[in-house]
Amino acid sequence: MAPEPIIQVKDLVKHFPIKSGVIISRQVGAVRAVDGVSFDVNAGETLGIVGESGCGKSTTARLITRLLEPTSGSILYEGQDIAGMSRKQLKPLRRDMQMIFQDPYSSLNPRKTVGSIIAEPFVVHGIEPDDGQRKKRVQELMDQVGLNPEHYNRLPHEFSGGQRQRIGVARAIALKPKVVVADEPVSALDVSIQAQILNLLRELQHDLGLTIIFIAHDLSVVRHMCDRIAVMYLGKIVELAGADELYAHPRHPYTGALLSAVPVPDPVLAAAKKRQILGGDVPSPANPPSACRFHTRCPKVVLGTCDVDPPALEVKEGGNVAACHFPLTDSEIALQVPTAAA
Amino acid sequence: MSTPILDLAREPEPAGHEADGPTTIAARSPLELFWRRLRGDKIALTALTIVVFVVLVAILAPLIIKIVGTPKPNITNSDLTDDFGQPLGPTASHPFGVDQLGRDVFSRVVYGARVSLITAFAATTLTVLIGVSIGLIAGYYRGWADSLLTRTMDLVLAFPVLVLAVGVGVACSGADGCLNGLIQPGLGVVIFVITLTSWPYMARIVRGQVLSLREREFVDAARSLGASDTRIIFREILPNLVAPIIVYATVLIPQNILYEAALSFLGVGADPDTASWGQMISDATTIFRDAWWYMTFPGLALLITVLAFNLVGDGLQDALNSRTAK
Ligand SMILES: Nc1ncnc2c1ncn2[C@@H]1O[C@H](COP(=O)(O)OP(=O)(O)OP(=O)(O)O)[C@@H](O)[C@H]1O
Ligand SMILES: [Mg+2]
Repeated sequence: MAPEPIIQVKDLVKHFPIKSGVIISRQVGAVRAVDGVSFDVNAGETLGIVGESGCGKSTTARLITRLLEPTSGSILYEGQDIAGMSRKQLKPLRRDMQMIFQDPYSSLNPRKTVGSIIAEPFVVHGIEPDDGQRKKRVQELMDQVGLNPEHYNRLPHEFSGGQRQRIGVARAIALKPKVVVADEPVSALDVSIQAQILNLLRELQHDLGLTIIFIAHDLSVVRHMCDRIAVMYLGKIVELAGADELYAHPRHPYTGALLSAVPVPDPVLAAAKKRQILGGDVPSPANPPSACRFHTRCPKVVLGTCDVDPPALEVKEGGNVAACHFPLTDSEIALQVPTAAA
Repeated sequence: MSTPILDLAREPEPAGHEADGPTTIAARSPLELFWRRLRGDKIALTALTIVVFVVLVAILAPLIIKIVGTPKPNITNSDLTDDFGQPLGPTASHPFGVDQLGRDVFSRVVYGARVSLITAFAATTLTVLIGVSIGLIAGYYRGWADSLLTRTMDLVLAFPVLVLAVGVGVACSGADGCLNGLIQPGLGVVIFVITLTSWPYMARIVRGQVLSLREREFVDAARSLGASDTRIIFREILPNLVAPIIVYATVLIPQNILYEAALSFLGVGADPDTASWGQMISDATTIFRDAWWYMTFPGLALLITVLAFNLVGDGLQDALNSRTAK
């Protein structure tokens, strides 16, 4: 049986207008934060979205959870297009789709107790209006995410970063959502605590049958977390493949370069690889390079092709879907990518 | 003075350290921490005592003059002025002397506290209500509402305050007041003028804070739960504004006490019969050489009250601002 997509994103675009003028402002350009992104998310899987800072990951996450209004494109959730829905139409659907935020300090209101933060979803959706029952539900949730239920009346500043992120997780799963969008949920945490939060997410996914969209800025965190991984560059998806395939044989040179930066446990193997270090900065999404947006930094660039002819996302050798005219060959992979089998 | 206010909406440092085990440090609410800091501030505490004293004097004014045994503030007595109309100085039965109508200055200073505080509190409350509402709307909704409100604030701040006050004072001095009786002559005019000219400052502070608070992720979290704008404004944003609002209000109170005194001095404020400190100082200027007591006592009352409120304001600001407990 083919896996069933719970979310289908098609040609999703978000342009932020750049305005100028103090009194009367007019639009002088646009930041093309997300510029034609399509992918499916299957029920029960974890889809990773990876890319450098500013490539549009958070914007994609906020479009899917409809914190932002798409410029164009469609987002089908269980077959219904939520891209153009009003706040009122969205409200019942919000129970199904929740978000975990990157910054555990900014994502919890410093003036509210943990209890009332986790109870907020119930209050907003009018569930369990009985106070005693609600408290019991909240304390169960606290227990479920590994917090001491007796800390119900404490304020967020009394908790460490990792504990705060657990509070955010409890709030996100309170309404038993089907989909959780986690925007770099561990990148603000100490490495030792990252693993605990990742394990918690995996456990919850197993127990609650969650579908997770997991966003990260490098490929080291997502490896054991995700079933499939999409790599983004400047508002576009450049490669999409199963996690194992992506690590074993990346086809897009950008993915190859990102994987070069992933630490591997075997130092001999690591030393044998010719790591590709990406030169230069990410170009501005307000004025992206023509055709293949990666051509200004690509080690395999062929001028006359890459800068004129936009590559299509298509299936490459090994089953990866990539947008590249000159994908990495197996010998290049063996030479450069530390995560590829020797 | 203005930068620390902007800092207030930030949360205090976490009490626990970065470890994922349960925090062992005893839980202390921000209010408790605030109290601990304020208790350590001797000057602010002394000032707070004076403020409480002045408030009690205002509330208990009739009782106080009964105990001291001075006549009611509006009782004139021509026996207490000499043949040339010069008032008598301080004596045992009139500790602060009397004025040129023979009214007891002590009683008038005590009752003057009422006028000062009622005017200042009423004007401050209205300023806070209007300023906070407008600041919240402008900062939260942004767009054209923000442009319109910000321009209005700029416009109001460009008013020549005293000219406006005198103008409104004259226009509304008829027995029925003006704006269909909404603004009554006397203190009503004072409260109206103060509120009209000071809400933009409050609104600006609130707007600035809201602009930064609305970008915080906890607001996004509420939005992604489907919370309404009203809920986000009142339950997520407003609680984070309580500290800066309190601090600014404590700055406004002494400012408004002075404002009332100044307007009464100019003859726009309290009507001549009302015992108001500003009114008394104004009356006293003509006879200061012969009756120093008439200006000195209300002047001192004004000075001490304003100073005490200002020092309490400074103390509150420090206590709410410092991140680390002493
Ligand atoms: N509200 C906004 N208004 C204008 N530009 C925005 C807005 N939000 C994001 N952008 C721009 O869109 C681009 C993509 O931003 P986004 O936050 O999606 O990146 P990201 O991949 O999440 O990066 P990071 O790893 O830094 O979180 C950036 O250039 C950013 O400056
Ligand atoms: Mg981001």
